[in-house]
Amino acid sequence: MVNLTIDGKKYQAEEGQNVLEVALENGIEIPHLCYHENLSPYGGCRLCLVEVTRNGRAFLTTSCTYPCLDGIIVKTDTPEVLRARRLVLELLMPLAPEAPQLQALARQMEIEEPRFKTDEEADDCIRCGLCVRACTELVGAQAITFSGRGYRKTVEPPFGEEALDCIGCGTCVFLCPTGCIQMVDKSAERTIARWQRTLPLKACSSCGRYYIPFAQIEFARQKSREAPAEDWFDLCPDCR
Amino acid sequence: MSRLNSVGELEKLRAEILEKRDSGRPCITTCLGTGCHAYASQDVYNALAEEISSRGLTGKVDLRGTGCHGFCEQGPIVVIFPGEICYCRVQPEDAADIVALTVLENKVIDRLLYEDPVSGQKYERESEIPFYKNQDRLILGQNRLIDPQNIEDYFALGGYKALAKALAEMTPEDVLEEVKKANLRGRGGGGFPAGVKWETTRQAPEKEKYVIVNADEGDPGAYMDRSLLEGNPHLVLEGLILGAYAIGAAKGFVYVRQEYPLAVKNLTLAVQQAEEHGLLGDDILGSGFDFSVSIKRGAGAFVSGESSALVSAIEGQVGEPRPKHINTAISGLWGKPTNLNNVETWANVPYIIERGAGWFNSTGNEQNKGTKIFSLVGKVNNTGLVEVPMGTPLRKIIDDIGGGIPGDKRFKAVQTGGPSGGCIPEQYLDTPVDFDRLKELGSMMGSGGMIIMDEDNCMVDVAKYFMHFLKDESCGKCTSCREGTKRMYEILDAITRGEGREGDLELLEEIAWVTENASLCALGSTAANPVLSTLRYFRDEYEAHIKEKRCPAKVCKALIRFTIDPEKCDGCGRCKRNCPEGAITGELKSPMTIDSSLCSRCGICREVCHLDAVTAE
Ligand SMILES: Cc1cc2nc3c(=O)[nH]c(=O)nc-3n(C[C@H](O)[C@H](O)[C@H](O)COP(=O)(O)O)c2cc1C
Ligand code: FES
Repeated sequence: MVNLTIDGKKYQAEEGQNVLEVALENGIEIPHLCYHENLSPYGGCRLCLVEVTRNGRAFLTTSCTYPCLDGIIVKTDTPEVLRARRLVLELLMPLAPEAPQLQALARQMEIEEPRFKTDEEADDCIRCGLCVRACTELVGAQAITFSGRGYRKTVEPPFGEEALDCIGCGTCVFLCPTGCIQMVDKSAERTIARWQRTLPLKACSSCGRYYIPFAQIEFARQKSREAPAEDWFDLCPDCR
Repeated sequence: MSRLNSVGELEKLRAEILEKRDSGRPCITTCLGTGCHAYASQDVYNALAEEISSRGLTGKVDLRGTGCHGFCEQGPIVVIFPGEICYCRVQPEDAADIVALTVLENKVIDRLLYEDPVSGQKYERESEIPFYKNQDRLILGQNRLIDPQNIEDYFALGGYKALAKALAEMTPEDVLEEVKKANLRGRGGGGFPAGVKWETTRQAPEKEKYVIVNADEGDPGAYMDRSLLEGNPHLVLEGLILGAYAIGAAKGFVYVRQEYPLAVKNLTLAVQQAEEHGLLGDDILGSGFDFSVSIKRGAGAFVSGESSALVSAIEGQVGEPRPKHINTAISGLWGKPTNLNNVETWANVPYIIERGAGWFNSTGNEQNKGTKIFSLVGKVNNTGLVEVPMGTPLRKIIDDIGGGIPGDKRFKAVQTGGPSGGCIPEQYLDTPVDFDRLKELGSMMGSGGMIIMDEDNCMVDVAKYFMHFLKDESCGKCTSCREGTKRMYEILDAITRGEGREGDLELLEEIAWVTENASLCALGSTAANPVLSTLRYFRDEYEAHIKEKRCPAKVCKALIRFTIDPEKCDGCGRCKRNCPEGAITGELKSPMTIDSSLCSRCGICREVCHLDAVTAE
């Protein structure tokens, strides 16, 4: 266990926990977009900035990547911290101006008029990398990666072509904070346009609803050590 | 070659090499470094070889291809010893004269001598040329004497003496202590004390440790590390082996950028030769110390030179910076303690060990010891690699070594530190150049880039140029750096196009602040320097662009207009013929005029005018 101070109050944390985790557990609000408790921290969006003082030196850093170290003093709401977060959000807004999650944050931070014009090529992706990490760390399919650098950095399937390893599970769709990954089920097919992937769906033998891509069933069978019973996927979760 | 099993055997070999070498025997050296190579110095070398053999002088006259001398603009450079006669811009056709006159008759060939562009004076000996004379070439000096592919040349100049001394007489702690006492600061940009870093790695609990040479050198225009690796690879290797001994590492990596094929070649050869001689591998010089080196080639992104990105790249991952709240020195490559230093940092180590920290400390100023190599380019008469004691005033580098500003132009600023450095104006020219002072001025040492600018450089345009580079080279992970550099570029671009608005400068300052303070790695935290330093010293120039829609340096095309002075124009028609837009009209032998609505401000008319009749306003 390590002892640290957040906003003047003492807390105990486990070795290896990051500052954001401990703050959230204790009801201290820190905005964050690229962090998810089930994924490795990335530290890309920079919204979770806090001021840390360690060995007498104070600096801004991202709470999602900063480890709880014994004796550090964390401040989550200094004027500098708030100013930095505000500017970061202002820089992010034009990438996904319509995204409700960003708009809510903007209201919280009292950003009224965005000072940067929306990019023509804005595609609602804020490069938080949740989809990449989810696909790699949670699903294990590794169907998409970051490519390019600087403002040209994007998330893509390999070579920018159809994501051949995508099993259509939709985890990325679910986690994306801006809704920029769309998944459409149309009768027996599921399409994730962003990954240029269309997959056939299996129907539930009871209610007839098309509910899961065959590719996902195949993937699940290969991945899990104790294969589910042969007929497990015949029924959708609702009918099971 | 058989393995050297002891320090004694190394010294015996050295004595034999020196015995074979007769210092009175003529030796022609030709620079085969990348700069001279581009001017076909290999052809010169071949012509000299041909000349020597056809005259039956083989064995009587030596010929040596060396590394870069640093004065590349004068290449191909040929120096003839023992007289040290230096010839510049030598062509293959000159080979016959060089052998017949200079080598055989001791005569100097006037047409090949270096001529000072300012004074017109000619110089015979290389070391008398002002460009070299005012330098202190501790690290670069051996380049011109060594065939980098021949380890014997390095031995002949005392190579691996420091290693022999360390292994025979010093404990690893002694070596570490010496480097700490020497106050050697990292030459890769940050100026962090190397000894302190070494000690951290040495004391880290994990037994398996690594050492790395950072030879990624991604700054456009910088080539000091390249010249060292190409021209004197054993010096860097010897430094690395000494560091490994002090730190307790058994494995080292050199991370070289792919774009440096000659450096990779010469380094690979040097590693092989060192292995064959028992200077790398198991039981080095019979001391019981084991150390091996692998060479890794980098893909060449600017950001992969950042230490944590470079560690990722060696591990085979994307070369992207990662958080390092726990120091690389403690948890680096594959989570093991890792010490990473720049090429030039490593190259200092053999001298420190051989000659002692006290000797090293006799050069430089209080906090900055030894020398630093700069790449001097831009509006100066002499450009090239310049090595001076730390703390040398900027003015001395620009005027005495660089020979001042060409023409009768006025100096305006010197940009130091690579793309994320800053611009320093005239009033600070007497500032001693060192890590701390440059930082105080809002610039930095970086890898040692030094670009001289004169009155014809627009500082907004300069800031835009560097921001363009940085926005492309940001890895794109952090919002503040990725979007910040992009937005700063957009604003700068608008200002240079005459679309600057009230409030732009304040907005620039805000973005600069967040880019600097909210980003993960040093690329982001320094990326605002080009903007902040030009705003600090040349704010009036920004304001002229925004408020008066005027570019004082007459660079920004949208803000200038070309006209022809009818008094000066003799109607020769050159401008009219060369104008790509057909914007110039007028009868031959009478003054020409430019139609501003057609003119694209390319400036060709001004360049071709023989009477200086075209002016920008
Ligand atoms: C964007 C960026 C690029 C860098 N590129 C280089 C490089 O090409 N070579 C280098 O030696 N250091 C480079 N550095 C500095 C390294 O991170 C590191 O500080 C240095 O190699 C440490 O060696 P030193 O202590 O001997 O200077 C770079 C840093 C940043 C932020
Ligand atoms: S949540 Fe920490 S940087 Fe995005």
